[in-house]
Amino acid sequence: MKLTKIFLASTALAFAAGAVAAEDMTIVSWGGAYSKSQLKAYHEPYMEKTGVNIINDESSAEAVAKLRAMNEAGNVTWDVVDVVAADAMRLCDEGLALEIDPDTQLAPAPDGTSAKDDFGDLLVSDCFIPQIVYSTTFGYRTDLVGDTPPDNICDVFDLEKYPGKRSLEKRPVNNVEWALICDGVPADEVYDVLETEEGQDRALAKLDTIKDSVIWWSAGADTPQLLADGEVVMGSTYNGRLFSLIVEQKQPVAMLWDYQVFDLDGWIIPAGLSEERQKRALDYIYFATDTQRLADQAKYISYGPARKSSAPLVGKHADLGIDMAPHMPTDPANSKTAVLYNFEFWADYRDDLDAKFQAWLAK
Amino acid sequence: MAALTPISRKPVSFYVPVVAAAGGIAGLFVGTAQGSGLLGIVIGAALLAVLAFAMTQMTDNEKPMRWGLMALFVLAGGLLAGPGGLILGLGFGWFFGWFTYWLYEGRYRAKLVPYLTPMQVLWHYTFRIICGAILVFLITPILVVMPLSFNAQDFFTFTPEMLRFDPAGYSLKHYRDFFTNDDWQQALRNSVMIAPVATLLSVSFGTLAAIGLSAEHVPFRRAIMAVLISPMIVPLIISAAGMYFFYSRIGLQGTYFGVVLAHAALGIPFVIITVTATLVGFDRSLTRASANMGADPVTTFFKVQMPLILPGVISGGLFAFITSFDEVVVVLFVGSAGQKTLPWQMFTGLREQISPTILAVATILVVISIGLLTTVELLRRRSERLRGMSPS
Repeated sequence: MKLTKIFLASTALAFAAGAVAAEDMTIVSWGGAYSKSQLKAYHEPYMEKTGVNIINDESSAEAVAKLRAMNEAGNVTWDVVDVVAADAMRLCDEGLALEIDPDTQLAPAPDGTSAKDDFGDLLVSDCFIPQIVYSTTFGYRTDLVGDTPPDNICDVFDLEKYPGKRSLEKRPVNNVEWALICDGVPADEVYDVLETEEGQDRALAKLDTIKDSVIWWSAGADTPQLLADGEVVMGSTYNGRLFSLIVEQKQPVAMLWDYQVFDLDGWIIPAGLSEERQKRALDYIYFATDTQRLADQAKYISYGPARKSSAPLVGKHADLGIDMAPHMPTDPANSKTAVLYNFEFWADYRDDLDAKFQAWLAK
Repeated sequence: MAALTPISRKPVSFYVPVVAAAGGIAGLFVGTAQGSGLLGIVIGAALLAVLAFAMTQMTDNEKPMRWGLMALFVLAGGLLAGPGGLILGLGFGWFFGWFTYWLYEGRYRAKLVPYLTPMQVLWHYTFRIICGAILVFLITPILVVMPLSFNAQDFFTFTPEMLRFDPAGYSLKHYRDFFTNDDWQQALRNSVMIAPVATLLSVSFGTLAAIGLSAEHVPFRRAIMAVLISPMIVPLIISAAGMYFFYSRIGLQGTYFGVVLAHAALGIPFVIITVTATLVGFDRSLTRASANMGADPVTTFFKVQMPLILPGVISGGLFAFITSFDEVVVVLFVGSAGQKTLPWQMFTGLREQISPTILAVATILVVISIGLLTTVELLRRRSERLRGMSPS
């Protein structure tokens, strides 16, 4: 009889949970330290201001597939979704994301500059509201590289000077660009070369020279783990992961910023929300992407705010009290040779190069 | 067991090579850890051959020689690898001392029947070694997880401090994280809310279905059975995707009740199978006797049938519980962030940030599972004893 009671109670609870769902808003993000920074900088102040309850879903990695499925099932349960720019473009093309007018639906900068000018070039899609600039770059073990630490991207390809394993992402993006640059192609001609069959082969041939010493990663947490183990001498990953490895975990690792590749991460609002939910999602976006909020996020994680007007407001780390500016990928000292992810090129060549790269890997 | 076979000492040509071979295997492990497996084999084999020969030929006094060997290994281990080496050395020293005399004195034959040929004796021990190796292979992944969960660092790494048994290398911080982190606590609450209710549903429906299907007058029994156990046969990911679209249409997707129903559907086949198996041994004349004495079918079920098939019901329920508690695929589809269960949290945690909190949770779950299974087994034995059956 007791079990029946528990059963009834939990059923009642489930219905009670259903009843308050109207005030809930599901925001999808990547999880880990990144979600935490959003919680502190955006969600908590927003919940306090409006009384809406924000539920964090950590499903950004499969956001495109899930949004397609939701659309097909006619049951979109997400209100705001954090995706990388390339995913936002795909979702926008497929009509799965809402188009946003930056001038009316996003907050202007404090000095009155319109949101469109404040974000500038970073508004790469009509549906995408940029949030942060992150970069894919290298970290190396300071205790395994001798007296001359690497300061050049081509040191990754130099097995004589820096013997040992390195970890690279298991996809062509970034790797082929770095390979060509180190094969003597000037940085501004890289994509012209990559458009040709010979250029692609040339990049893979360069990667061939270190293939035996590469451990391929697919999750952002892999390289930090490998570096902490001393399993690799150097490895690429997202700069925020390296920041946490170096500053928070105090591992003997340092950054190699040369030719870091910038990419964007930001919000989309799924298409097909009810009017009420869409209004609330837009209200959240307006709040969470204003100048101060974007600058606040940088207190918790070392990713650069996407608005120009936020940069001067970046302060100290909330717990560690260190200055965050020098750890930002966008800091002038770090970004001398930085390049922005080439969305157009990769939209056109991604599938071909992926296939070629996988075939090369299997050889 | 008393000795079955008189034993005698064996010639040097027999036990020295065997001990050397065992030494070679041990040397392979030690050598690989130090960087050269081949060198390890050679050194291990040579060292053990010399030691075995010296121990047995120098004096007839076994005890001091074995203690001496242990001391030697402990000393060598300590010098080579610090406190960790001490324990390893103790293990090696004890094993080789025992192994050498076991062979030398011919003790390995003492408990076997006398008419076995040498090949049969060899197979007897090879068989045991194979069984042991399989057990080790099955359990090592679980054993590795446990010490790593006490890591003082945020990585899946045996740090040098841990290998030196330095207390500074260990900490409970991942356990602390589990008990104080809201994400983990919410996931734990969800799992604890979902699994028992799903189990209750599976057990009720599964038991009823099994009883119905074991009655002979039910038509299409085989076909119905096949439909009911299909969730076990269809690949989970297919069921999950199907449930997602179906539940979305009827408004159950992303609700607590939807996840419970989905997990109950997955658990029912286990209950049906175990209960059907117990019903085979159930004597139907007991229900007729009960009816004859005036009990209605419900009373008969609870007073007569249920107590007798209870072991099957309980083990089916246990499987259903573990299915729900361990399940990650279906909940990823049918649930939403509000129903995030422990396996889901572990899955995202593993993908996004390899944090040893997952290991701490895994350790806790393993301990709970062991406790649960032991309790159920003890209860089952007790109830069988009370009913005068012998525990099987």
